[in-house]
Formats: sequence, C-alpha cells, structure tokens
Amino acid sequence: MPRVTLEVNGQNRAAQVPAGATLLEFLHDGLRLSGVRAGCEEGTCGACTVLVDGRATRACMITASACQGRRITTLEGLAHNGALHPVQLEFLRHASLRCGFCTPGAILEAVALLEDESRPVTKRRIRQALAGHACHCGMHARIVAAVEEAARKMGRLHGRDDQARDPGGK
Amino acid sequence: MQPFEYASPKTLKEALALLGGGWSDAAVLAGGTDLISLMKDEVMSPKRVVNIKEIAELKGISKTAAGIRIGALATVDEVLSNPLIRASFPALTEAARGVASPQIRNMGTFGGDLCQRPRCWYFRAGFGLIPRHEGKDLVAEGDNRYHAIFGNGPARFVSASSFGPALVALGAKIKLASPSGTREVDAEKFFLAPSSSDVREVDLKPNEILTEVIVPATAAKNATYEVRQKDALDWPLATASVALTMKGSTVASARVVLGHVAPTPWVSAEAAKAIEGKAVTAETAEAAGKAAVAAARPLSMNAYKVQIAAAAVKRALMAAAGVKA
Amino acid sequence: MPEYRWPEMSKRKVMGKRLNRLDGVEKASGRAKYSSDLNKPGMLHGATLVCPYAHARVKSIDTSAAEKHPGVTGVHVVSPAGTEIQWAHWEVAFVAAETELAARDALKKIKVEYEVLPHVVHEKDLNKVQSRAKAAGEQIEGDPDQALKEAAVVSEGFYGIPVLEHSCLEPHGNVVSWTPDNKVELNPTTQAVTSIRGDMARAVNVPVANVHVHQDHIGGGFGSKFQPDRWGVAAAHLSKAAGGRPVKIFLDRQIEQVIAGCRPSAFARIKLAANKEGKITLWESQSWATGGFTGGGSPPIPYVYTRIPNQRKNHSAVSTNTAPIRAWRAPNHPQASYLTCAAMDDLAAKMKMDPLELFLKNVDLTARADTYERQLKKAAEMAEWKKLWHPRGDSGRGPLKRGLGIGVCTWGGAGHDSTARCNIHPDGTVEVELGSQDLGTGTRTVIAQVAAESLGLRVNDIRVKIGDTNYPPSGTSGGSTTVGGVSSSTRKATLNALEKLFEEVAPALGAPATELEAVDGKIQVKGNPAKSLDWKAACAKLGVKTISETGQNIPRDAPKEGLNTGGVGGVQIADVTVDVETGIVKMNRIVAVQDCGTVINPKTAESQIYGAIIMSICGALMEERVLDAVTGRMLNNEMEFYKLAGIKDVGEILVHLEIDEINDKRGVIGLGEPPAIGGIAAIANAVANAIGVRVPIVPMTPMNVLNTLSGRMS
Repeated sequence: MPRVTLEVNGQNRAAQVPAGATLLEFLHDGLRLSGVRAGCEEGTCGACTVLVDGRATRACMITASACQGRRITTLEGLAHNGALHPVQLEFLRHASLRCGFCTPGAILEAVALLEDESRPVTKRRIRQALAGHACHCGMHARIVAAVEEAARKMGRLHGRDDQARDPGGK
Repeated sequence: MQPFEYASPKTLKEALALLGGGWSDAAVLAGGTDLISLMKDEVMSPKRVVNIKEIAELKGISKTAAGIRIGALATVDEVLSNPLIRASFPALTEAARGVASPQIRNMGTFGGDLCQRPRCWYFRAGFGLIPRHEGKDLVAEGDNRYHAIFGNGPARFVSASSFGPALVALGAKIKLASPSGTREVDAEKFFLAPSSSDVREVDLKPNEILTEVIVPATAAKNATYEVRQKDALDWPLATASVALTMKGSTVASARVVLGHVAPTPWVSAEAAKAIEGKAVTAETAEAAGKAAVAAARPLSMNAYKVQIAAAAVKRALMAAAGVKA
Repeated sequence: MPEYRWPEMSKRKVMGKRLNRLDGVEKASGRAKYSSDLNKPGMLHGATLVCPYAHARVKSIDTSAAEKHPGVTGVHVVSPAGTEIQWAHWEVAFVAAETELAARDALKKIKVEYEVLPHVVHEKDLNKVQSRAKAAGEQIEGDPDQALKEAAVVSEGFYGIPVLEHSCLEPHGNVVSWTPDNKVELNPTTQAVTSIRGDMARAVNVPVANVHVHQDHIGGGFGSKFQPDRWGVAAAHLSKAAGGRPVKIFLDRQIEQVIAGCRPSAFARIKLAANKEGKITLWESQSWATGGFTGGGSPPIPYVYTRIPNQRKNHSAVSTNTAPIRAWRAPNHPQASYLTCAAMDDLAAKMKMDPLELFLKNVDLTARADTYERQLKKAAEMAEWKKLWHPRGDSGRGPLKRGLGIGVCTWGGAGHDSTARCNIHPDGTVEVELGSQDLGTGTRTVIAQVAAESLGLRVNDIRVKIGDTNYPPSGTSGGSTTVGGVSSSTRKATLNALEKLFEEVAPALGAPATELEAVDGKIQVKGNPAKSLDWKAACAKLGVKTISETGQNIPRDAPKEGLNTGGVGGVQIADVTVDVETGIVKMNRIVAVQDCGTVINPKTAESQIYGAIIMSICGALMEERVLDAVTGRMLNNEMEFYKLAGIKDVGEILVHLEIDEINDKRGVIGLGEPPAIGGIAAIANAVANAIGVRVPIVPMTPMNVLNTLSGRMS
C-alpha cells in the first residue's frame, strides 16, 4: 500500500492507503473529518467537494495518491482564528442550509470561486459554479443569495449588481 | 474496487513502458472523472493504473504552423477559456461549455473526453458494450431512451465525447504514442462502432496513450449546439457541430456532425448537401436539420431524439452563420 | 395550572422572529456529526449483498468462504435457502469485517444459487398487469349515470405519475452495538428517535429499556427513514456475534436508490362533466398505482374539490416486483393533486374557459371555499395571470411557448404526541429535552424560540437537547406533525417549570406566585419592573434543587387547548416556457400562496415552502425510476440519470405565507407537506397551456413532451 502525505488544513497528514482509496475516504474515514461528506460517491452530487490547492474538487473522484503533497482544505479548515469565512456567515444569515448534508460542498465551491483572484466573479459565474451541487432540501435560491452577498462583502462581485431577490430575507 | 498497482510516471516514455498488451493490464488515469467510477463499479478492473497527470509534455494548448495543438492533459476548462480556440474554433469552446459542471471541467481533460467510456446504463451495470442477457438484446428490448438513432448496430450506445463531433467537423488529427512510436489518426476514424463487447469504441490500443490533438487552421465558420434538459450536470440528448466554408453569403462546403446519436460522432453528408450552395436562413437550416435525420432509425423509445437532433443541426448552422432565430 | 395559550401576536418577543437556525454554525463549519460520520473505537464495517433478480427463489447459500476471509467477524444471512425474493436489490446477507474493503471482498465470496422466476415491474398499462391488480371495489356517490346524461360538457383524459426515489443525500444506515449485557446502542439515520427504539427492541427481542438511541443530525429523510430496516437489525446481530463491537452499515448509493425510497405511482383515466356555466357535476375515475410488491398507494381523488355531487371511482393496487413504498412528504397527495387539477384544467380547455375561473367557480366543492377563493386570487395576482394567461395553445409563433397553470393542496399538520422536559438549574441554565429530531426543518430552533418566549429569555439562554431516548418520548417526524407537537409540549413544560420557579421566588419578591411574570430576563411582579429579580438571582433561590417539569401535547386534547391544530390549503401557479423543438421545459416562476397557523419562525417556515417547490419541480420535470423490463432492475439507480433540478433549473420562486392575526389564532400547524403537493399539477397545467396539448405522463421530459406533440404518446 502506498504511503500518502497530504497537507490537510495546514497540517501534514500521512497514511498508508490502498491504491484505490479516494481522497474522500482518506479525509472522511481516515482522518474522520465530518466536513467532507459522502453523498452519491460518483461525482454527481458535489457533497464531497474540498479544495485541492485552492481548487474545488470532488473528493470521491480522485485518488488520495493523486493528491500526494497537495494542499487540501476542508470545511473544518475554513474558519480563520475562529472567525467564520464570509461565505459561511452568509449561509447562516440566509438560511441556506437545512439538513446540512450538502452544505460543506456548496460552501467550498463558493469559496474557491470567490478566492480565485485570477477571474472576476459575476452572478452568472456564481450560478454556474453552484449548478453542480445537489440540495434535496431545495435551498437553491438561498444558496445563490448567500454567495452573492458574500461576494459583495468581499468586494469580489463584478458586473451589474441588481440586488438578488433574497427569498430568505433577513 | 479491485486492488491495483498505482504508478505516477514523469515522462511519456516511462508511462508507455508501464502499459501492457491487454486492457486488463493497465489503465491510463488523467482527470479521473470517468475511470474512478468505472473502477468503483468494477466495470473496469485494471491491474495497474498509470497516472499521466504529471507528464509535462502532454499539457498545454499552443499555436503551431498547422493550426492549434491541444495537449491530452489540457483541462476542459483550459479549452473553454483559451482565446485562440475561441477565436478560431467556437465549436470547441461551446462543446467545452456543455461539459458537466465547473469542477468536472477543472478536473476532466481533453484526452479524457475523447477516451471516456459510454454512459449506456446497461454498460455501466456490467452488461457490456453490446448488452445481452439470456440471449436477449437488452437495448432493443429494454429502455433505450438515451441510445442511438443512427448506425446499423449491433452497438447502440452513444459516444459520450463532447469534443468528438467538433473535432470531426474541423478535420482534426489525433496523435497516439506507443512504445514503438507514434501514429496519427483522423478524428473521424478514431471513433469506432464495435461489433462485440470485447472491442473498444475508439482506435486506441492497450499500450497507447493519446498525446495531443491538432486542429488545422481554418477559415470555416463553426459552431456547436447541444440539447440538454438540465442546465448543468446532464448529458446531451443530441448535439451538432458544423463547419461552413463560405463563399460570400452562401455555403460553399459544409461539415455537419451529430453527437450523442450513434456509437460515434455521426457525419451527415445529407445535411451538408442540403445547405451547400445556399445562404443560411432559418428555413434552409431547418431543411438541413430535416435532411440530417432523414435516415435515422430510432429504437422503440427514442424517436424523440430524431426531432432533437434535427433542431440541434438547425441551431448549430444558424449559430455558425450568425443568423438569429 | 398556567395559561398555556400563545401570547398575542403583537406581544411576542422571540416567537415570530426571523432567527437564524441554532445548529447553523456547526453545520456550516463541518462540526455537525451525522450517524454516517461515526467512527467508534473497535468499530466494524458492514457490507450488503443484494439479489440481482427481480423475482427468484434462493436455492442455496454458502457463506463459508466469506467467513474465512481475513478480517471478517461475521456473516448474517437474512434470506436463507427457500426465501422467495420479490424485487431486485432485496437484501440477502450482510458481512462485518475489520475494514470496509475486507467486508466488500468477503461479500464476493458468498455463493448464492437462485431459481429465477418471472417478474412484472411495469404498471403503466393496466391491461397488461390485470393479473397483478387488486381492485378496491367501486365507490359511488350521487347518480353518476344521470349526471352524465345531463352534462353540457364531458372531458376525458389519461394521466400518470411514476414511482420516485427519495434520494436522501445521506444514505440509510446506522452504527449499532449489542453488548454481552444485552444492551443495544443504536445510532441510526431516522425521523423517529423515540419510536425506532421500540422497533429495534422488538426486532432483536430485547427489552425496550435496554435500547438506547442517539442521533444528532440526519441528511434527509423525506418520509423514508422511520424503521430500523433489515440493515439495522443485521448490524445488531453482527455486533452481538463480534462480542458487542459496534457495527456500521450504510447502504451504497446504488442500493439506496432502489430499496430505501419509492413513492407510489398513480395512473388514472378520468371523466369530468360540467353544466354550461362550468359547475362540475361528475367525477368518474379508473385509477391504479403500484406501491411495490405489497401493493398500496391510493391517491385521494377527487382532491380538494371533494364535494363533486356525483362520483364513480374504481381503484386497483398493482403488485409489481419492485421494492416497497415508503412514506413521502404528503403521501399520495401530490399524485392526487396532479390527477385532479390536470383533469379540471382539461375540462376548462374543452369549455374554452379560463381555468382560474373554473377553479374559482367550483370552490364551494371544497372544504375551505373562502380560503381557496382568496388564495386563487392572490396567486393569480402574484403570477400576473391577467397579463400572461392565454387560452390553451394560443402561444404565438416560434419554438418557445409560455404557459401558466394552477395546482392546489390541503393537509392536516396538527401536532403529534410529544413530551418535553424543562430543567431550570440553580445557576440559571435552562435545558429543554425531547426525544425528537431535527430533519433540517429547524426543530431545535423553534423549540428554543418557544422556550425563550415562555421564560422571558433569549434563545441563546436555552439549551435544546433532542435526538436521544434518554429524553422524554416525542413523536415521529412525519406528516408535518413535529412543529405542532414539540412547540406545544415545550410551551407546557417550560410554563410548568416556571410556575415552580415562581413559587420558589415569591417570598423574596413579597408577592404570591400567581402574581409573578417572566419578562426580559427577569422575574417580576406583574407589570412592576421595580419589584424584580434577574433570572440568575431568581434561580439562585433554588439552592441545590433543580426544577424539572414536563409538558405533553396530547393530540386528542390539543384542539381545546389551542396551541396547535391542523388543516390548511394552498395554491400554486407555475409559469413555464417550453421549447417545442427540443421538448425542454424551463421554469420561469412558481408562485406559492400558503395558509398557515401560528408561525414560530417565518424564515424556517418559508424554507419549507422553497424546498417543497423545488422538490415539485424535480418531480414534474425530471425524476423517474426507470426499470428494465428484461432484467427487472432499476437502470438509473444513481444520481446521474436519476435527475434532480440544479440551481439554474428552478427559475424564480415567490412565496406568500398568510401570516396574520386570524390565522395566528388557530395555533401552530405543520408546513412540511402542504407546499410539496400542488407544484407538479401547476407545472403540468402550465405546460399544457403553453403547448396546447396535455402531456399525460409526468415527468415532462423532452421525451414525453415531444412524444405528446408528435402523437407518439399512447
């Protein structure tokens, strides 16, 4: 079994894993991180999304071995000195989560988008980015509203900013 | 998932040395968006997985004397955002836009798109490319709503490649490397309709790696139109890629290629003939769409795909010519 | 006895506020633990072997090689030789091992011989499945034959809606240990923390008192997670065999999609008749549905418009070789709403009448004429009906056709039997404990709001403890009964505890206990803030005592207490655009006007409606269980071709929740089910309005839409 070392939320974590072990298995089953969720386990639902070197990545679709030496961020690693990330805060304010199972993936997808300084963030790109995340509780509109508000607060929202119809209200 | 040996070579030469003579010896892993799920479901169980993602020479998109070279490891997202491609080959840009979701576009590679296995639900359930069960033809007798409307069988799955139809329309060349050298295949000949479940649906040997694709420079107006029910994370029901060489406002010659309607991208000479010598209008495009599907032979449940394919051709032609609906 | 009634709307300080959910931070930061996250010391991993055939008999089963597989601690066979298997993916055996990999590898070593038997999996064509259909007997009201003779207009139609899968993002499963002292510890994914305890006790034959259940969070249920199920019981047996080590079994997605969901289908041929003014005089239906092998699933039709004077109804339950149904958010109501509203819409089209007018003209056939009239008008205004509606099919040129359609709903939603315990400690901390569960609906939050309101505190002063059988019994979360139940029991428990506290502090305040009130973090003499003690100081008077009082909501007594009740109506209007060249239906907008009672948290209440509407969009346009006739297996038992709507597929959603003084007086009413009912009907009618013809079968996929437009729909 190969030995895999990853930098997870700022700490080096090593383990011997079977060659087929996915990053999801490494993080959720191995490191017991509950901010990484096993949903469909076939790349469709997006619940297992984590950041690999800052990019949103479906942890069920990539082997842990293929991430050797990479920088992994899970939902647990998002808060900074105990302060929640703006995307997390807006998810709370907008009631963008219910059962919460898809929440880690949707938050990390949004964080990857908002923190990628190389491209401007538009409302269209927010919708595109989140379009691949299943939420069977149906919080779609509220998730979009939360991410738009986080983008606005982070000064990252470009283009016309007609206030999103916020179905959640404040 | 069956156990396997994992290798992550840094050069093409090393990678080729790790492949074997049969499909069960080794499988090539790039983005992993297809292979991992095939292995989880044990539809494929290679003894060795060769990760080619670290091989620098397979990366990148660049301009060459012949046209544009797209490395096998270029991600779908790189294709989507590449200005050279957007300027000359909007058919490829649009095909990239249609791929699943931003994440799959980030992870999935150009070469992987061409080599991915069909999404046929019988194939994915382990019944093979030409699914049979107790002597019955599962596709013919079962639920074939997403299957082929062209081709003479026995294969009835549809090619899953998003870029295939555009590459065929643009006359691209696909380069393959093996331990004994390299070869080049026309995109049109790369995709195959297998006659048995033991044969692959692309012209790739177990010891070969798809290294790059050359899209020849062209003045042809080109476009892709995809019909998908969902806006994201959904497979197209039919697509069309077209390349039109114009003479003034009329079409001098045309390539019309349909996707997701046959085991390979499906070249429609009938549609090309219908539009050649004419200006593209809503009417001529519609007539070409109808011509494209005149010879379609739908299965028990998928006559609707014939209509969708005709609409895709019509809309791709209008998009290429810049005609508003 | 304290006065339990809710304070007047205008005087509430915590209830009725749009507060953020209390468990939001842990869910948004990855700290929330679901049962599928558990990784207990010494835990074993289970794997599930299922039968590939839809109908078969187990001839023999040999587990010896699997038992010898390295790391395996036990194999538990649930379908021994002789078992007649009635659906594909039926559980045959479970394996427990030190690792998941070992369990899966061992599974492959179990040798099962089957005798394959003939199966039936499709029920759409009743004529083909007559041998599997069980007729319920004709129901007649009035004189349907005479009504038909006298009718000015008769409209006939065929309508169908397939079996759907619950598709919970957290699959079904659990962690179970059954230790040598005969105690069972169960960490399930359940909507029924209290009752699953007794179900598990019966299944493994131990005293209920020996079973302890704990669940913090659950990743979706929608009605499918009430029982321990075969995998739960198997995990218990495997644990016992391994000396009590915990065993974790969660279903693979491919198994989950086949056997851990299933909402019944509904098909019907319906005849509606009306007089020339459009008053409906007759309903005739021949309906059928499958609820899997055991049958079941009968839509309550005619729906909402129940008082049609003349009716003839025949229903058949069709037994197919498919997994049994589970409850789904508003069992049988979405189907009934679709069948009824589609038939009414078709009647209006045949009469060249505006369907809004038809729905309005017949409101006296409903049990809530005033409600539906008001809601139909409000929804029409919000959907710009006057501006956007056009006669059916009159949608202009070009491939894009826009249309509007109406759907209606009704539901009960009264509170279930629930007991809450409120502990007030001498240091001022307050605990509210219930053996309830939060499905994501905000149960914790509303409990805290009710407790804070009752005790004159803030929500952060309340520690809500649920999800554990050490807390008092509380009902299952099904049928929109939770919020009414837990709010009422919490109200009573907290006021009962407060009454005790008043007695303790009365001497210090120099007033009788009955003259005290709890306001803004203080206990004071009624209306006299000068004579008060702050909460902590008041609680300090308890010395070393803790007050612990319970309160119970008893459904039969609830109506006279006024804390909760049932009975709501709602109207939804959908606005769609159909591309008639591709068959793709796009949502422009959906409007929901929803009746309600006392709303404890408008934010979480509205969440119910947003979520319900999206579920309806999925059901109307995408979701469908696809079964293979030859093998009898489900073909889309994953989440790629079992489609759910994404963020870009849902259009705009407008919600109008009728929060007002009059509704508020009714007490709390659950809102989980009602908004999940009318959406499919509304969307189906909007599509018919757009394209000029009824798509008889839901979901309205490009296939079904184009087949309808081209006359290929049989």
